[in-house]
Amino acid sequence: MSKIAIIDYGMGNLRSVAKAIEHVAEGIEVVVTADPAEVLSAGRVVFPGQGAMPDCMRELDARGLRPAVLEAAHSKPFLGICIGQQMLFEHSEEGNVPGLGIFRGEVRRFPAGKMVAADGSRLKVPHMGWNEVWQKQPHPLWANIENGARFYYVHSYYVDPADPAIVVATTEYGIPFTGAVAQANIFAIQFHPEKSAHAGLQLLSNFVTWKP
Amino acid sequence: MLAKRIIPCLDVSAGRVVKGINFVELRDAGDPVEVARRYDEQGADEITFLDITASSDDRNIILHVVEQVAEQVFIPLTVGGGVRTVDDVRRLLNAGADKVSINTAAVNNPQVVADASGKVGSQCIVVAIDAKQVSPGKWEVFTHGGRNRTGLDAIEWARRIESLGAGEILLTSMDRDGTKNGFDLELTRAVSDAVSIPVIASGGVGSLEHLADGVTKGRADAVLAASIFHFGEHTVREAKELMRARGIEVRL
Repeated sequence: MSKIAIIDYGMGNLRSVAKAIEHVAEGIEVVVTADPAEVLSAGRVVFPGQGAMPDCMRELDARGLRPAVLEAAHSKPFLGICIGQQMLFEHSEEGNVPGLGIFRGEVRRFPAGKMVAADGSRLKVPHMGWNEVWQKQPHPLWANIENGARFYYVHSYYVDPADPAIVVATTEYGIPFTGAVAQANIFAIQFHPEKSAHAGLQLLSNFVTWKP
Repeated sequence: MLAKRIIPCLDVSAGRVVKGINFVELRDAGDPVEVARRYDEQGADEITFLDITASSDDRNIILHVVEQVAEQVFIPLTVGGGVRTVDDVRRLLNAGADKVSINTAAVNNPQVVADASGKVGSQCIVVAIDAKQVSPGKWEVFTHGGRNRTGLDAIEWARRIESLGAGEILLTSMDRDGTKNGFDLELTRAVSDAVSIPVIASGGVGSLEHLADGVTKGRADAVLAASIFHFGEHTVREAKELMRARGIEVRL
């Protein structure tokens, strides 16, 4: 039961995610899998995603993984990363597609008119690089991570939850946007812990021992 | 606030770091994994590998290098050099690269930028532009290390590759590369202002002040340098401390 499954639906390289988790989860089996049965037999589930959300939704369904993802999201420690966070919501502006609808809310593109820094310079999209993650609520996954620690982001869309109570972190980029959401056994982040050096490894380590 | 990035660049040939890296206490200065780990410890925000392997027989070695580095260094990794096809891009990403940089192939066949970004997402596709000044306020795109002219205007080309789906531009001034006289700030600013995707300034860094200038005067989103870090003259941390003192947001 201690196995950690990383859901592979063919979108992007999951090796880095797997290696980073192996790095902090000594003695725990980490599998990258497209097999719904293996997802359901794992003790913990990581739901990553890269590229465009419409492609991600299509590939997820093409592999018949939707029921397993929904089941895992209701029953196991579940970590959504990047598009894997966005897909948990109802709908995305990217390609105007529905998501899995676990959380109410919309995935929005950074608004072109607001992409201006405090000094008047233009903010580029994608939002790419290390930005401060401000913790809005205490959570076991923030253990030993400084409030305002920098994590690596690369994205053009962000989640806009209907329920502010699930927002556990925000980041500022032209606008304040939601960097992390959590509810019960789900923790989902827009940034990439597997590419965020010490802070990222700490978060993954916290996930590996999390008992929601 | 988003931090401006500092990116050390390593030339790799047949799996070995070349151009005489000179860190103190480094057991094997030619080992890409050890050098990458050292830069990670110094606080590098990303690492770029430029594969300059001449022999086509040795081309696949870079994949093993990327695999090994990605297993041990948990910051973003960009790989460029000899990338021609969407398959090349996929192989590098599957080995563990986060971004792949396309240079000559983008000029020869711009469709490869569109195809690659359509397949793997814009965020993984960097287009490298090597530019030389041809008249005041005018720069032309060159390939093959500045030997071949393309007839393309650098600013127009930057806009074009953005529209094709590039997620980032690695901009190198061929006039400044290797001179240690600093970035071509006018070029950097012109390109950065022309596009809405991030621009990495490259070519000519001889001092830490040059790195700061790239951001403040060149409006670059990231700065890339090689020799200033390789020869132990300065650490990435020193660069960031100077940038912070100049009011630039950095990850320290």
